[in-house]
Amino acid sequence: MTDTQRPVDAPSSTPRQVPDEIAATSAVFYPAGGTLMQKLRLLVGPLAVFGAVIGVWYLLSWRYLAPLLGRDGGAEAAERLRNTLLPYPHDIVSESFLNGENLAELLGGLWLDVKLSFFGLAIAAIIGISGAVAMSQAKWVERSFYPYAVFVQTVPILALVPLIGLFFGFGFGARLLVVVIISLFPIITNTLFGLRSAERGLHDIFTLHEASRWTRFVKLQLPASIPAMMTGFQISAGLSVIGAIVGDFFFGRGERGLGNLIQFYVNRLQPEQLWGALTFSTLLGLFVFVLFGWLRTRLTASWYEGSET
Amino acid sequence: MSTADGSTLVFDSVGMVYPDGTEALKDISFQVSPGEFVTVVGPSGCGKSTLLKLASGLLDHTSGSVNIDRDRIGYVFQDATLLPWRTVQKNVELLAELHDIDAAERTRRAREAIDLVDLSGFEKHHPKRLSGGMKMRVSLARSLTLDPSVFLFDEPFGALDEITRERLNDEVLELFALKRFAGLFITHSIYEAIYMSTRVLVMSARPGRVIAEFEVPYGFPRDEHFRFSPEFAELSGEVSEALRMSYA
Repeated sequence: MTDTQRPVDAPSSTPRQVPDEIAATSAVFYPAGGTLMQKLRLLVGPLAVFGAVIGVWYLLSWRYLAPLLGRDGGAEAAERLRNTLLPYPHDIVSESFLNGENLAELLGGLWLDVKLSFFGLAIAAIIGISGAVAMSQAKWVERSFYPYAVFVQTVPILALVPLIGLFFGFGFGARLLVVVIISLFPIITNTLFGLRSAERGLHDIFTLHEASRWTRFVKLQLPASIPAMMTGFQISAGLSVIGAIVGDFFFGRGERGLGNLIQFYVNRLQPEQLWGALTFSTLLGLFVFVLFGWLRTRLTASWYEGSET
Repeated sequence: MSTADGSTLVFDSVGMVYPDGTEALKDISFQVSPGEFVTVVGPSGCGKSTLLKLASGLLDHTSGSVNIDRDRIGYVFQDATLLPWRTVQKNVELLAELHDIDAAERTRRAREAIDLVDLSGFEKHHPKRLSGGMKMRVSLARSLTLDPSVFLFDEPFGALDEITRERLNDEVLELFALKRFAGLFITHSIYEAIYMSTRVLVMSARPGRVIAEFEVPYGFPRDEHFRFSPEFAELSGEVSEALRMSYA
């Protein structure tokens, strides 16, 4: 009686629902199985693009920028200008990453932003998930609070930062607040969407067997919300890094994060270190994005239809 | 628990009007006794599914009365409605869990039910890795854990290919022979309706009423010979004609 004509491991034909850009990134960062050779082969494309970008960089800096600037000044002045506009990648590496003192400064800034985005994201997660749960359980909570969640999201964070500075100073707490504000909304909306995503038929089963509200929440709505919730985390994780750096940058005083350092290097005309700070902030953003993508895959790949196995 | 006259499911002049005034069902009376398998055919939108929702209490009827053993209802929906994050085993245990049956007992019942629908060996699979037919079997097994006295089927196999559907039909009939529940089965296929049942009800277009009733006086088990017998063809013709009238 078993319908053996169909292979067991053939997934049923449900449409994949991962947003395209995340699915595409996943192919690079979480290659699905395969031998080491196959995994390496997946890296060929991205590495080639990276090489090409670096090549164009050198070309611009050395072949075009240097001669152009050399025309009406001394060779030394031209070289300084070229270095300010577009320093050679190897100079960036040696100045920012191989010079112990400069590296320590950058790592100190990085560490502050790591702490900021980590704690900020944790607080946003607690507030966001509790908020979404409350909204999913009572319509009036949603009606009362959701507009303000949208409001917080739409207020330009740059306009809020000076106010936050006035109210709370420029310390860790104030910067944390910036991070929480910027990363809260995606967690609320995605979790709320997830909590509502359980099919009607599944709800009918719980109704039919007279499940309590708590049982329905724990056994149906909460697990159903996990894929969307994780997508929210992934978006917010990236935003939390931006929030940390924007906070630093605009407060411009107190302990130095990467944002402060960026401003500092601009003012002191230290282009190599400026690019170094930029690299670190980008890597931090990339790291949290990949981390949460991995976590999402870990939690949902075995069962979620829209998830790559 | 059965009603006074021994029927497990009794509809007595049941009517259903939606709050917006749409009359879905009108004056429906029939009963299903243990060991009876009643199928319902009718034009789409005639309220066939509503009939099952009323029987199960998912919806309230607005007139007449419905009598059913509420604690032992099996209900198989159009979709398998499995919890995707649970394995086959855990899915089958769900209803027993909702009824606070202790862990050892529900594991035992789930094993037995999984065995009955021939899914042994797939306990640890997630629904994602099962075919449509296998998912429906898990859904059947889930209902079986409560040993239903009345089993409601809402076009359960409509989305499956014909071969899988016929195989599942036989499987449901085997369970029926074994458990002798009262079966109420909604379908849009005349052939499925006749093949499965001891009685076929034909419903009219909205508001749905029962406009014809056919006994299917042939024993079980049934097989391909029955499906291609002259009696089957004749009955199909009659039901088909009644169904055509229902559109008028």
